[in-house]
Amino acid sequence: MPIRITMPQLSPTMETGTLARWMVREGDGVSSGDILAEIETDKATMEVESVDEGRVGRLLVAEGTENVPVNQTIALLLEEGEDEGALDAVAQGEGSEPPGTADPAPARPRAEPPSRRAASPLARSMARQAGLSLEDIAGSGPGGRIIRRDIEAALERAPAPPVSGAAFEEVRITGMRRVIAERLQEAKRTIPHFYLSLDCEIDRLLDARRDLNNGGHRISVNDFVIRALALALRDVPDANAKWAGDVIHRYASVDLAVAVAVDGGLVTPVIRDAASRGLAAVSLEMRDLAERARQGRLAPEEYRGGSFSLSNLGMYGIREFDAVINPPQAGILAVGAGYPRPVARDGALAVATLMSCTLSADHRVIDGAVGAKLLGAFRTYIESPLSLLI
Amino acid sequence: MSLSRHDLVVLGGGPGGYVAAIRAAQLGMSVALVEREHLGGICLNWGCIPTKALLRTAEVMRLARHAGDFGLEVAAVGVNAAAVVGRSRAAAERLSGGIRHLLSKNRVTVVESEGRLDGPGRVRAGDATLEAAHIILATGARARELPGVVADGTDVWSYREAMVPDAVPRSVIVIGSGAIGVEFASFYRDMGAEVTVIEVAERILPAEDEEISAMAHRSFERQGMTLCPGTRVTRIEAAGSATGVTVGDGPVLSADRVILAVGVVGNTENLGLDGTGVAVADGHVEVNRWLETGEAGISAIGDLAGPPCLAHKASHEGIVAVERIAGLDHVEPLDRNSIAACTYCHPQIASIGHSEAAARDAGHEVRVGRFPFLGNGKAIAMGDDQGMVKTVFDAGTGELLGAHMIGAEVTELIHGFAVARALETTEAELMQTVFPHPTLSEMMGESVLAAYGRAIHV
Repeated sequence: MPIRITMPQLSPTMETGTLARWMVREGDGVSSGDILAEIETDKATMEVESVDEGRVGRLLVAEGTENVPVNQTIALLLEEGEDEGALDAVAQGEGSEPPGTADPAPARPRAEPPSRRAASPLARSMARQAGLSLEDIAGSGPGGRIIRRDIEAALERAPAPPVSGAAFEEVRITGMRRVIAERLQEAKRTIPHFYLSLDCEIDRLLDARRDLNNGGHRISVNDFVIRALALALRDVPDANAKWAGDVIHRYASVDLAVAVAVDGGLVTPVIRDAASRGLAAVSLEMRDLAERARQGRLAPEEYRGGSFSLSNLGMYGIREFDAVINPPQAGILAVGAGYPRPVARDGALAVATLMSCTLSADHRVIDGAVGAKLLGAFRTYIESPLSLLI
Repeated sequence: MSLSRHDLVVLGGGPGGYVAAIRAAQLGMSVALVEREHLGGICLNWGCIPTKALLRTAEVMRLARHAGDFGLEVAAVGVNAAAVVGRSRAAAERLSGGIRHLLSKNRVTVVESEGRLDGPGRVRAGDATLEAAHIILATGARARELPGVVADGTDVWSYREAMVPDAVPRSVIVIGSGAIGVEFASFYRDMGAEVTVIEVAERILPAEDEEISAMAHRSFERQGMTLCPGTRVTRIEAAGSATGVTVGDGPVLSADRVILAVGVVGNTENLGLDGTGVAVADGHVEVNRWLETGEAGISAIGDLAGPPCLAHKASHEGIVAVERIAGLDHVEPLDRNSIAACTYCHPQIASIGHSEAAARDAGHEVRVGRFPFLGNGKAIAMGDDQGMVKTVFDAGTGELLGAHMIGAEVTELIHGFAVARALETTEAELMQTVFPHPTLSEMMGESVLAAYGRAIHV
């Protein structure tokens, strides 16, 4: 009876795999440990080795075949003395269904079998006591063996034992992700947030932008928003401040931190003294900062120490949202996309392009009235775009 | 004046230095080794090996003296001191020659001269100047001296004179009861000398588990030694034909010879460390866990890099330092708590990891197992039924925190627990391990069982 080689399950969540490459051909002799094929999953490429000896009788799945279900027979091995006639009977029985009969010989994945992770007895003992699954732990010992320090590291990362059952993939935390997590957790825990929203009509702003860009500029809506927010903060200096324990620090200049999405997180490059910069200068600098932020080439002083933040998700079509304050600042303006919406004008319905803006403010520093004043000033600038050109 | 360039220069040819040199050569580096005296260092020439040869003589002597216990009739046993020392020296010389061969086989350039740093990446050794991107300092340690006491080599000995006696002195005072002190005490006692051991700490063998110390104390006393723990030596001076040792304000003890064994201090002088970033504290060079000093390109290993001052620790550090320099994957720093210590006095002592007290101090809730030699068939058959195997486990995880043994051949048993610790075994695997019968090793398994109330033979 030929031996069935089946698609191995390389991870607990794997349901199908791609047969990337055969490493043997029909007729080749194989012995235990020989590499038979390379299997790709969405996570990794792994080699599968034979656990049996014999001769490759038939390859049932062509190279490059995707979505081969786990346990489907992919090849047949002839044992010593068997002839090829034995193959047909078995091969005919092979549909796309996993074989239910005989004793299939699952090919053994070469790296890290999911069912049994190499781990020291002490590591197993510690994991058992802590309710940790070894599946979730990366080993740092010889050959990837899980040893005591890996359990200790895992316990530090996750003090609460995970609920068993739910399958997940462990994603390593980058330094940026850690900073984001720490800062924003601190913000939500220590800063009494409150939120104010209003809509700005931006039709005139869009006209002004079109005219400017027809004249050869490349000004974005966000550049107008930066400029307007900077001027509003200059006009309402009470909002351009931070809570410093027993005093409030009111900043001398408006240093606007602008959130830029980058691979794996976000950074907030700062436009220094934004209130004294013209629209064209703001636009050029913002483009440069955003470009270099995406390339990961910002110097630390370029993203540290802003006095107020701006987060604009308009380019993603978000209508409105609340942002989390970036400590130690006292406020952040969340700007949505401009959408044509019905408005009442002189008692009649009209259509205007509205941009919803939400201020998140630290109530220790900014009271409702001050926040409202800031938002009002901002809207005035946005709705009279020529004032932004001065 | 010659100038040569290498990938690595090792200063010192002891068990740290020569092993580092060979490992580096295996990894394809061009290596020069600078040694001022003997390849193999103190360990091989004036330490571990020649003293083991002497202690073997002492063991044969002891057995001969107790031949009647074994049903043998042996006439009076005499000592030919020159032949005893000759055998010991021959063992050392044979091994030193072996090191020379190993270095040559691995194409390590050996420079026999005193070496010192001579600017960044440069070593001066006699007429030769050696340049290398990496330098490993492995110059070892020497006997520590007592303030105001000079080991003159005739009446007051250091280890060096103590291992080449012209004759066995009638009486010996050993100052210091660490491994070196008790080994000499044991040797001279077995050879027939009156032996007194003075120790400043409250117990002899102060680095060992307290129970082991106490058992050694009782055993040494039964053998006729005089032990003075908690005693400080204030003066040593000639007292007629003998040497007088004043302890505290009080009595003067006297003996034919005094052996100083009060620890070692690193050979940090004359290395050219001034003006480099290499820091020296408490008599040793400060290193990080990769054995790197404060000066880029310079590592330090072995006794020079601090305690425990053990040859096997030095050798392993040599390998770690070299593999780190070579940038190999998976290099592991040495866990200094997993280094076994062996003392070849009679009875032998061997230990690894935390003592029971240290384990408790470290916050562990412990389970302790003890198994006596009295319960072991092989020990009884050997006529050596005094001793104990003690194991200390973390009560929660089953981690083997430490093992402490005293008795016949325990220095040959401790590696079993060293492997157990390196593999992070718990009591469960040790209980599943089948120890062969009849061997002394059965006591290791029984001690583990005893920690969990399951010992069979006690």
